Amino acid sequence: MELNKYQQEVFDKQRPVIESYGKKTWGWTIFFLLWILVGWYALYLQVDRGHSVTGMRDNVVWGLYIANFIFFIGISYAGAVISGILHILKVEWRKPIIRIAEMITVISTIIGPIYILLCVGRLDRLHHLFLYPRLQSPITWDVFAIGTYFSGSLIFLYLALIKDFAIYRDARLNIPKWKQKLYKVLAIGYRGTPSQKRHIRISTNLMAIMIIPLAIVVHSVLSWIFGMTLRPGWHSTIFGPYFVLAAIYSGTGVLIMAMWVYRRMYKLDSYLTDKHFVYLGYIMMVLGAAYGYFTFSEYLTDWFGSEKWNSEVIEKIFNPAKYGWWFLFANVAGILLPILVVAIPKTRTPNLIALASFFMVIALWVKRYLIIVPTLETPLLPVQDTRIEYVKYSATWVEWALTFAGIATFFLFFTLMSKFVTIIPISEFGDKEKQLVQPAEKEFVLANGSLK
Amino acid sequence: MKEEEKITDKSRRDFLKTAAIATVATATCGSLACSCGSGSPKKIAITDKVKLLSPDGEIVEIDSAYLNHQEHMAIVSKLEARQGIAGKRFVMVVDLSRCKNARKCVTACQKWHYRPEETEWLTVKLMKDSDKAAPYWFPKQCFHCDNPPCVKVCPVDATFKRQDGLVLIDNERCIGCKFCMAACPYSTRVFNWDEPEQPFDIMSLAPNPETGLPAKVGTVEKCDFCPDRAREGLLPPCVEACPNGVFYFGDENEDTVSNGDETVSFSQLIKDRAAYRFMEDLGTKPRVYYLPPKDRQFPVERGYDDLPDKIKERFKDIMEETKEVEKH
Repeated sequence: MELNKYQQEVFDKQRPVIESYGKKTWGWTIFFLLWILVGWYALYLQVDRGHSVTGMRDNVVWGLYIANFIFFIGISYAGAVISGILHILKVEWRKPIIRIAEMITVISTIIGPIYILLCVGRLDRLHHLFLYPRLQSPITWDVFAIGTYFSGSLIFLYLALIKDFAIYRDARLNIPKWKQKLYKVLAIGYRGTPSQKRHIRISTNLMAIMIIPLAIVVHSVLSWIFGMTLRPGWHSTIFGPYFVLAAIYSGTGVLIMAMWVYRRMYKLDSYLTDKHFVYLGYIMMVLGAAYGYFTFSEYLTDWFGSEKWNSEVIEKIFNPAKYGWWFLFANVAGILLPILVVAIPKTRTPNLIALASFFMVIALWVKRYLIIVPTLETPLLPVQDTRIEYVKYSATWVEWALTFAGIATFFLFFTLMSKFVTIIPISEFGDKEKQLVQPAEKEFVLANGSLK
Repeated sequence: MKEEEKITDKSRRDFLKTAAIATVATATCGSLACSCGSGSPKKIAITDKVKLLSPDGEIVEIDSAYLNHQEHMAIVSKLEARQGIAGKRFVMVVDLSRCKNARKCVTACQKWHYRPEETEWLTVKLMKDSDKAAPYWFPKQCFHCDNPPCVKVCPVDATFKRQDGLVLIDNERCIGCKFCMAACPYSTRVFNWDEPEQPFDIMSLAPNPETGLPAKVGTVEKCDFCPDRAREGLLPPCVEACPNGVFYFGDENEDTVSNGDETVSFSQLIKDRAAYRFMEDLGTKPRVYYLPPKDRQFPVERGYDDLPDKIKERFKDIMEETKEVEKH
């Protein structure tokens, strides 16, 4: 594969990253693996002793696990929707960030469903989902939706990778044989002929179009697991779009965070520019406002209508002695903070935008917890139970261990992937004789007055 | 040595028993299917000789007097257990004016289903509908809804609605996702968070949705209206155990319900006593009707004062609140 000047530049910059697995990387890998090991031990306990080792009981039948499930499927929207939409709109500045976005999608779509499996009492019977599927059940919809979505996003990521694999194959990298061979296999004989280029272009376009409705279906179906029940706080018609919006929003946040980390770690400032942070910040701000609007609308109607059951849940969420402070945090850090940070020109810097994203992502996790637990703690009939764990949910160390193991898995996969493929796609540069970095900055300066 | 002999002897006899029942069940299956419409299944005549297949492969003939009818032995196939008892529409009426929270129903249920003390398929709640309203005892089983939210959401058809109105669970198929528990608005379902403790002979029973035994870890269970007893024309243990005749169980098609002491017309009863269904507005169409707690036979304290402390604790808030209101 012939590389043009810009491609060569990007490639040279990232070459050492995929050629070696440095001491630091090993350190992190072992650290993540240790976390995962603790998670495996927790899982062993849960399978061996039954779900009584978790904080879940007959009233609160779901807890941290389901919150994590929604959370991970949510952040997977980074690649699906953000990169899908930017691709369709042919936004040029997307090119350096699509790989990160699509990696987030694929990795979190692997991790998310693990959490729903952790909620399942009989892992030995999972094949029943395919032996006796019932189409009426939102869980069955979910199985098919997530399955399709995962395949779709994997193809989307792979399509964008084929050209790069061909580059790695032909670059005589200083890497072990098996890795060479793997690149060769994965490049599936791509030589950059016009017909090959055309095929990839068409399939990528098709996938970009398909991945967006698929993603919307996935999170809608997920929200319907709650929306279809007759529970206060869940039985809401806006749950579908509300979840979809929250998902895109948190996906953007995680994308910004990942960009920030990579930019620092591999000194990619000239590719992941300030402009990317600001533009994604704008997207985040708009999504944050929309998400805030949905949140306001949802809780206002429940509170104003003050139906008996809804009021009980609302009371728990608003009461500072119960979940009030968490709810406040979820809204301040999850809605106000990102909007303000991006809206005020002084704070519109990569570091602060990344920091705001960090808080926003945590706030959205808290929000998912607040959707699930208070409702389950408020059944329609009085609980009247003296066993405290049946009245109030509090997660056990097993659940926390598995939560952190999931996050560690996310980081581990990311580390491994970034050692296997370049974070900035190489082949994307200069298909047309358009350089991304300098002219883009010029454009940016024109539009914003200054870089900072 | 003797001990050992005894054990082998016993286990052989047990095997024969099991085999015999299996044989009898197969032989009478056809007739049973026809006779269950009348509601009085035939008892096995005890003087008959029964042919059995011995463990050595020989056919032996033994007196059926040696055969015990074993409780909890499912007499129908799993497929039949999914269809239900032909011609029946089971229904329950709960007379709230008679309940004094004696909790005999709860213990009878736990005993029959081999459930531990903490697991209550049938619970008695203390309900108080509004601030000034007088509290009343409210026994609650599964409502076996005609529009069951739990059945709708099950991804593997482990919980199902039968033609006789019952909602049962196949705990061999349940994957334990607990979606049905989240979907049930009445908190009826319970989950086996641990390996359930059961006697050995119960654990070795062939599982069947009609008996719900043996219980399995990681699966959901709930009140099943005891269809295995209904097949024999028996009332559920909760109905039989109640000292005040609170529960009426019966068949909507026959239009009769019985609390063990009296058998009355179902339609007449719910008409005369202004029966209602709990949370009718949810649209779940329960098969359990409640007779309002009017003209009560017992003051509400009768069900509270003698309770063990652990259970008393459950109702403390409401009882104290009520006492406060009465003082003023």
